[in-house]
Amino acid sequence: MLDKVLFYIFAGLAIASGALMVTRRNAVHSAIFLVTALLATAGIFLQLRAEFLFIVQIILYVGGIMVLFIFVIMLVNLDVALQQIQFARQKWVALIVALALSAQFGLMLWSSEKIPGQGIPVLAAPPASELPANSEAVAQSLFGNYLLAFEIASVLLLVAMIGAVVMAKKEK
Amino acid sequence: MLPIGHYLFLSAALFIIGVIGVITRRNVIVILMSIELILNAVNINLVAFSRLYGDVAGQVFALFIIADAAAEAAVGLGIIIAFFRNRETVLADEMDLLKW
Repeated sequence: MLDKVLFYIFAGLAIASGALMVTRRNAVHSAIFLVTALLATAGIFLQLRAEFLFIVQIILYVGGIMVLFIFVIMLVNLDVALQQIQFARQKWVALIVALALSAQFGLMLWSSEKIPGQGIPVLAAPPASELPANSEAVAQSLFGNYLLAFEIASVLLLVAMIGAVVMAKKEK
Repeated sequence: MLPIGHYLFLSAALFIIGVIGVITRRNVIVILMSIELILNAVNINLVAFSRLYGDVAGQVFALFIIADAAAEAAVGLGIIIAFFRNRETVLADEMDLLKW
């Protein structure tokens, strides 16, 4: 019961702040609503018993990436940008793409009820008490099966760091 | 946990909101933020299936996606700063140097 209430609170918060993020004119407001959406997603992760990802989401996404975004919004001149039209004239393209995506997702959800063996799986999740300690299990998997991918990700971060420095450097 | 359909629906809704943001907004920073929302929607799917099957591999991949999102944000915002310094704009449809 508590699981259900928590899920609906966090899901409603995530969708509402996502919609507000896309529709606000001011980029700073968009950033604040994106922070709310990311925090609500962190709550969903906690509700799914992924404690490690919950902490990573808050520290890295909300604490790191969003601060970077807000810094850049302050660096580029916002007052000029606010005077201009904020929405491109692509409303019909957006509508068509959104309808096509909704139809696809709806078909998938519908087919899993109508056709056995199709769509989403209906098996029950293991009870929360039987799960291993989350951080420990993630670490075992990350440094065991996925060690190569982990190393590649660290190289990617190094490249991104050098790239960001080169891009943002002032021309001499 | 609730039936997996709930999580898939939430993830699909966030994904569609993000796609609408990418298509309709003119400000490049907001477009990048919409992409973060899309990546986040994918993470919900991965973690929900990881919980359903009792296998942490999905959470490991969600971690990789978060690392990718950080790299993408750093490079993308670096490009935006460099571009703003040259052209004094952050609007996507005014970035037409390669168009003639």
